[in-house]
Amino acid sequence: MKRPPRRGRLSTVVGIVLLAVMLFPVYWMVNASLQPGGSALGGGWFPVPPDFSGYALALRDQAGNLVTSLVVALGSMALSLGLAAPAAYALALFSLRGTDLVLLGILVTQMVPGIVVADAVYGAYADLGLLNSHLGLILADSTAGIPFAIIILHAFMRTIPPEIIEAARVDGAGALRVFRSVVLPLSRNALITAAVFTFLFAWSDLLFALTLTTTPAVRPITLGVYEYLGANTDHWNAVMATTVMASVPAALLLVIAQRHVTAGAARGAGR
Amino acid sequence: MTDRTSPTPWTGAGDDAVVDTADRGMVRARARERLARWGFVLPAAAYLLVFFGYPLVKNVELSFQQYTTTTLYSGVAPFAGLRNYAAILTSDLFSEALAHTILFTAGSLLGQFVLGLALALFFQRRFPLGGVLRSLLLLPWLLPLVASGTTWRWMLDPDTGIVNAVVRGLHLSSSGVPWLTGTPQALVSVILVNVWVGIPFNTAILYGGLQEIPPHLYEAARLDGAGPVSAFRHITWPLLRPVVSVVLVLGVAYTVKALDVILTVTGGGPAGSTETLATQAYKLSFQEFEFGRGAVLGNVLMVISFVFALVHLRAGRRARAAGQALT
Repeated sequence: MKRPPRRGRLSTVVGIVLLAVMLFPVYWMVNASLQPGGSALGGGWFPVPPDFSGYALALRDQAGNLVTSLVVALGSMALSLGLAAPAAYALALFSLRGTDLVLLGILVTQMVPGIVVADAVYGAYADLGLLNSHLGLILADSTAGIPFAIIILHAFMRTIPPEIIEAARVDGAGALRVFRSVVLPLSRNALITAAVFTFLFAWSDLLFALTLTTTPAVRPITLGVYEYLGANTDHWNAVMATTVMASVPAALLLVIAQRHVTAGAARGAGR
Repeated sequence: MTDRTSPTPWTGAGDDAVVDTADRGMVRARARERLARWGFVLPAAAYLLVFFGYPLVKNVELSFQQYTTTTLYSGVAPFAGLRNYAAILTSDLFSEALAHTILFTAGSLLGQFVLGLALALFFQRRFPLGGVLRSLLLLPWLLPLVASGTTWRWMLDPDTGIVNAVVRGLHLSSSGVPWLTGTPQALVSVILVNVWVGIPFNTAILYGGLQEIPPHLYEAARLDGAGPVSAFRHITWPLLRPVVSVVLVLGVAYTVKALDVILTVTGGGPAGSTETLATQAYKLSFQEFEFGRGAVLGNVLMVISFVFALVHLRAGRRARAAGQALT
């Protein structure tokens, strides 16, 4: 569908306006975070001069929570890929009996509310000493990442031509060798997409942080924001500075891994 | 799911090397190979069983137990029969929460879908920067919900928020709209925020679906003198139906259980006007430690998702068949 260039430019202008409307709340978040603190009053349309006292306060209170979030999100990403990649490989390239059952199970997981998982896991965690632990959050947060990573990787690995696998097989490579030296390198892009999303799912989690921690010992940044809301609403600039910090990974990953994020979204990613 | 009918490279490996003495070794090797294959799936399958299978069973068990604060210490949870169900399903809180859940889900999906489809159709045109703008549009969906929820709460604040500042500035209302403090308005507010969150997801998937429609169909329609509206009705919509089904089924599953947006924007208030089944399930279990009753609501949520998925996927199959007949 080729269109005359003038019409194309008009579409660009309309597109920029639409995007500006959609992203206005993001701008407003940054703007509010740079306003002077103390007052509950709205502040101006532009943060001039920018006031960083909100960030100073937020960093003082939340620096540790940022580290917790990073540890949990990286851990969940590693666990998700570590479990999903071999599973996707076997489901896509071996005709195992029960493959359909596993894939149906993965679809069912998308219907299970996080609160149902939290209800059951809470009691088990209390017995196992996993409440208030990084490991406990990593395991629970991966309920979003693992099914998603299997779906993404399975969809990609199914497109690997069997001849490639066969060639490696003839050369004497076992199933594990083929996985490590043929399938994983070929799946690089799908792995990056899965990594980006599993990281963001765990980073964004509020529900498990809220239900599976009972002390401030292990507190992700999302819970930090939520608790600020209850306690500290007269320092809106600090609250908004914390939300900006909590939003940085998403924005950063969208910019540097744009292609992979778009690919993941098109695959029907969801949380 | 897997329509891979061709034999995999491993099937029958070694069949042509049957030597009597090596036979038993062969069998053992093949058994080992089969075991190794399952070894790839096993860790993930075990995880899914523990973190999804166990909760599904456990929630049913919990819903029949009198599991309360004392249980956490004593470990005793007496069998309660259907008492939890009776208490929850007959309460006013339940019928209100159910009504809010239906309104929240229907409103969110309608808004997300219509605006998401409009944006997907818009981005289908080719224009400079189109690709970049389309991917930047994903940002609201990638942000932690607690971050966007907090931002919206700040923007919708009836006294100091930017939204009411604009409403007053345009003289639409001198006092502003009680976005977070009015009983009907607060529900509208959380729906609006959730629409904003969901638009990018809908746009992305529907855009992907639109790309799959063969362009020659549009050319043929144009030659037949069809305008854009009739091309949409007779080509775009029928061929998009399968993707629409996916968007709606996932949308319902994700929206009925949505917690973060409501918790951060209104916390369920004012006066319970934005409490949904999900927020009630959370509060019963983790604020009142009535795990038995919370589990009842969790089960109700799941039944809603499953039933909707089953009904709609069957309808989707019919639509897909119709779509294939067209192409």
